[in-house]
Amino acid sequence: MYVTDKILPELPAPSNSKGVVHWLKSNLFSSPVNIVFTFLGLLLLYKTLPPIIQWAFIDATWVADTREECLGEGKGACWAYIGNRFGQVMYGFYPPAEYWRPNIAGILLIALTIPLFIEKMPRKVWLGAFILLVFPFIAYYLIHGGFLGLSEVGTDKWGGLMLTLIISLVGIAAALPLGIILALGRRSEMPIIKSVCVIFIEFWRGVPLISVLFMASVMLPLFLPEGSSFDKLARAMIGIILFQAAYVAEVVRGGLQAIPKGQYEAAVAMGLSYWKSMTLIILPQALKLVIPGLVNTFIALFKDTTLVLIIGLFDLLAIIENVLGSDSSWLGFFTEGLVFAAFVFWIFCFAMSRYSMALERKLDTGHRN
Amino acid sequence: MKKNMMLGLAVAAIFSTTASAGTLEDVKKAGVLKCGVTTGLAGFSSPDKDGNWTGIDVDTCRAVAAAVLGDAKKVKFNPLTAKERFTALQSKEIDMLSRNTTWTLTRDASLGLNFAGVNYYDGQGFMVSKKSGVKSVNDLDGAAVCIQAGTTTELNLADYFKAHKMKFKAITFDTSDQTIKGFEAGRCDMLTSDQSQLYALRIKLAKPDDAIVLPEVISKEPLGPVVRQGDDQWFNIVRWSLNAMINAEEMGITKANIKDKKSSKDPATARLMGGQGEKLGLDDAWSYNIISQVGNYGEIFETNVGKGSPLKIGRGLNALWNKGGIMYAPPIR
Repeated sequence: MYVTDKILPELPAPSNSKGVVHWLKSNLFSSPVNIVFTFLGLLLLYKTLPPIIQWAFIDATWVADTREECLGEGKGACWAYIGNRFGQVMYGFYPPAEYWRPNIAGILLIALTIPLFIEKMPRKVWLGAFILLVFPFIAYYLIHGGFLGLSEVGTDKWGGLMLTLIISLVGIAAALPLGIILALGRRSEMPIIKSVCVIFIEFWRGVPLISVLFMASVMLPLFLPEGSSFDKLARAMIGIILFQAAYVAEVVRGGLQAIPKGQYEAAVAMGLSYWKSMTLIILPQALKLVIPGLVNTFIALFKDTTLVLIIGLFDLLAIIENVLGSDSSWLGFFTEGLVFAAFVFWIFCFAMSRYSMALERKLDTGHRN
Repeated sequence: MKKNMMLGLAVAAIFSTTASAGTLEDVKKAGVLKCGVTTGLAGFSSPDKDGNWTGIDVDTCRAVAAAVLGDAKKVKFNPLTAKERFTALQSKEIDMLSRNTTWTLTRDASLGLNFAGVNYYDGQGFMVSKKSGVKSVNDLDGAAVCIQAGTTTELNLADYFKAHKMKFKAITFDTSDQTIKGFEAGRCDMLTSDQSQLYALRIKLAKPDDAIVLPEVISKEPLGPVVRQGDDQWFNIVRWSLNAMINAEEMGITKANIKDKKSSKDPATARLMGGQGEKLGLDDAWSYNIISQVGNYGEIFETNVGKGSPLKIGRGLNALWNKGGIMYAPPIR
């Protein structure tokens, strides 16, 4: 029998169970099928990646004054097509001399939002309320103007990425509270409130967004009193908010149903009123549960904003497709336009998705099984 | 059935109320002409780098603004999609529609609208590759044809081929951009669309010179400005603004030489220079303002879609009646 009186030192893991070689072996070459797929994948990358890089970067024309400079043998993507009208892609027909106004609104929003992410920041609720309730008016004043010294820039001049962001931010900020109230209403025991909420949700969920937008832009003006012009963007925005609120409501309802009955009973036993028990106990837990669903809805909303193109509003995609695409001296670069639009949308959607994952980790209290 | 009738009555009620007020007074009061255009169509209405609208449809609006308000810049352009355009006019969101709209009986008679004239005679044409050596559509029996899905071009093509006892294979695409890509990739022998579009599509080819647009046109697509029915004064103003531009071209009056012609002794020219305004409810400088600020018809054609533009569309049907086309305006007298 072999007995040792001292603890053996830790040895490094055997070389075949760590490092690059091991990772390759266990992930890419673990079975014949995997080996075949690995090589097929490599072949696919080899066939597609170099030409894409060649087209998008190496052969690309970044600066050009005329269409002809972008054409010819061995010329790749023509990013000058976007670059020459970058202002319009970002701001639509907003007067260039006034670009600073939406810029300030954007910077202000970011500056106000950053403290919300700081762990120990006091009075976060007040700041949040300020952003939701007061900031929209400041932003509207800055971007629209028309009084107190700023010249008016009508909503028909708004466009590009700016419009996409305005529609989606307003949509998200307004649809979330409305959706929560609808979800609570749907679970209410008061029959009138309950049926109103159910009818609202089922109606708005039952119609496609395209038809909502069409109704707002084509039918509504016919029923309004003659001569009253109701802003087209506002009409579309109200449609989008109501539509999204119905979706948010159903997502939140899912969260409410997942909270064990004991929580509700405990809240009642503590003597809390309905609103107190909801805001202090039920909603914080329920909303945390449905973060993935909510973010999913918001990403969908962000992408759905491109549908405003069909009612003649110029969001990012509409500017690229219709405005840049109809310039008769720059015809034929729609591929570049669409690739650029896809890239911008991807950046925003990816950021939202990463943020939601971070939020989930931060709020994780270990109750998940 | 009853439901339809009710809807019809409701719609009729709306039209009758919108028709009663005078558009001319509204425009003068607002100081700006609200004009519906496309959301972007090369050569017809498209915003340039600085956000100013340009195009032949846009210039038609500017001509009306020049006639009514004395300033061609006083136009507010309202970009509309094909589906919105008539409602926007009916609901008074716009004062006139100049949006690449084909004049047909149904639209003229049943929508509560009137077409005030034709500013571009379009028609469905064909593009083939030069290599194929095709000289006429009739050589193309059994050909594969690239078409944009859901358009009237598809129906026109079927009619034409049926009437000529020929066969074709339709290859449909969702957008015009995809259609031209399909043509470029050799998926079809020819591509069909409205002729004005064919020229724009041709530029998008890597080698535009390898494709030719056949001279034949198989459908009639007269495009023109539209106004609400029932406001005859406004209808006349729009119609004669267009006629003034066409007459000016015929008489050789251009943006550049109109100042010199002002004192012309030629009675027809003198009539175009002034007078006559009262009959339309405008001031006497109306036609002078149009020509001096916007130009004559030939000028707006050449700068927007013709030789002065990358589209390089020939005058064809849109040449003046005495130069082989069918552009003809009644005299101003």
